[in-house]
Amino acid sequence: MDINTLRGIATIVVMAAFIAVCYWVYVMKSKKDFDEAANLPFVDEDEAPKRPDSSKLNERATEE
Amino acid sequence: MSITQSNTGSEPYNYKVVRQFAIMTVVWGIVGMLVGVIIAAQMAFPELNLGLPWTHFGRLRPLHTNAVIFAFGGSALFASSYYVVQRTCQSKLFAPALAAFTFWGWQVVILSAAITLPLGLTTSKEYAELEWPIDILITLVWVSYAVVFFGTIAKRKTSHIYVANWFFAAFIVTVAVLHLVNSAAIPVSLFKSYSAYAGATDAMIQWWYGHNAVGFFLTAGFLGIMYYFVPKQAEQPIYSYRLSIVHFWALIAIYIWAGPHHLHYTALPDWAQSLGMVMSLMLLAPSWGGMINGMMTLSGAWDKLRTDPILRFLIVSLSFYGMSTFEGPMMSIKTVNSMSHYTDWTIGHVHSGALGWVAMISIGMLYHLIPRLWGKTEMYSIGLIALHFWMSTVGTVLYIASMWINGLMQGLMWRAYNTDGTLTYTFAQVVEASYPGYLVRLVGGFIFFSGMLVMAYNVFRTIRQTPEKETEQTPVEAVTGGASA
Repeated sequence: MDINTLRGIATIVVMAAFIAVCYWVYVMKSKKDFDEAANLPFVDEDEAPKRPDSSKLNERATEE
Repeated sequence: MSITQSNTGSEPYNYKVVRQFAIMTVVWGIVGMLVGVIIAAQMAFPELNLGLPWTHFGRLRPLHTNAVIFAFGGSALFASSYYVVQRTCQSKLFAPALAAFTFWGWQVVILSAAITLPLGLTTSKEYAELEWPIDILITLVWVSYAVVFFGTIAKRKTSHIYVANWFFAAFIVTVAVLHLVNSAAIPVSLFKSYSAYAGATDAMIQWWYGHNAVGFFLTAGFLGIMYYFVPKQAEQPIYSYRLSIVHFWALIAIYIWAGPHHLHYTALPDWAQSLGMVMSLMLLAPSWGGMINGMMTLSGAWDKLRTDPILRFLIVSLSFYGMSTFEGPMMSIKTVNSMSHYTDWTIGHVHSGALGWVAMISIGMLYHLIPRLWGKTEMYSIGLIALHFWMSTVGTVLYIASMWINGLMQGLMWRAYNTDGTLTYTFAQVVEASYPGYLVRLVGGFIFFSGMLVMAYNVFRTIRQTPEKETEQTPVEAVTGGASA
């Protein structure tokens, strides 16, 4: 195969991968799926179990 | 709450190695920045080379870069990654003996660098100067680091792997690959080796390594710090977890291609230069994705910046990150690079990232970490943190502003021609014109360095704090308010 064909294919593969990641994150998954992960820094509290209040989370959810 | 209370007998987490690395971050920060101040002074006053080979600028400069990047930055990354991976996986560190080996092994690497570099033992590869026996030790330490980190992730009690750990993981894996490939060499004696590559290939591999040391060591690793400590200090989750995933994959996919912009107008093939330039321009998007995600985490809580100097460190570091990741793509444009390259603008750009981003986020991280590691409610003096913040900011601004001015001036003077085609200025004239800039840089760097001494005092007093100020049975709210009190 010509090296330039390979380069073209590589560009398309990377672009497809980027679109796939965006699709997965923004379409297939809902915001709720990520909320648990986003709160991981606050789950094990040995000094400050001040969870982010859910009202703020909802605000953000509606914003998006 | 089963895995809490670090004050009780058996610690839920392995904090010992985190404490060791945290202390050494402060120590190596002071040492590395002191060497930086010395070589800045040498640029302004060349007599300070002392006429000795061991104290010459050419030998102290790699000592400075290795000390601040790998000793200071490296210790900050070890400390924070070991802390974050335990806390977000809710698991004690895997293979504690190996973790201890990473600490002592890394210190031996740093000491070896501090001895061999002034002796003039160098591979001459920038940021990879250390000779092959030290490179082998680095490899052993790094493999152990990977085993400890990924082992902890493997035995995690949480279902998700928090995004900060993704960044740390990318940093650990990529640095391993970069180090192994770029350091491939043929030893001829105990202290001398020759690169396994030749000519333009060697240059390309060197800057593939060099730029990804920036991209993965100084960016991905420190974004890992950002993704844990900014939400933690702001007391709210990251602005958009979705954005963090997209910008993570975009960042690591693009960064790896940006190296050729260090070799514009050299023997490197033209297409490779253009590829490096285009990839560098594209990097603006994922870089700013991270900056926006970090800054917007404060939305609805901007007032905290007024009262919490730790948060100020973290957020201002993100502003410098945004600034230098805008500046970098601009400088990678070939026409801009034809003027900016080899001038002090490059040094200014590097320090906008190194002082503004890497050092300031590490400092913010340490001020959050130190009281928690030693079971205190807060740092000994919040006022001294605020003082340190202003010293760091003023120092950085003086440094980068003087280098911008010097860089533009040098670039313009070097390319000035007379009507008959001869150069308008001699090189010595340009050096002379740079002198005021070198003085201002020295002042800025000295202020930044002095801030580190303020920090060392504050850290010392915090650790030695009298027991009545300790957390013991303090209600949790009092602790939360600690930083913003």
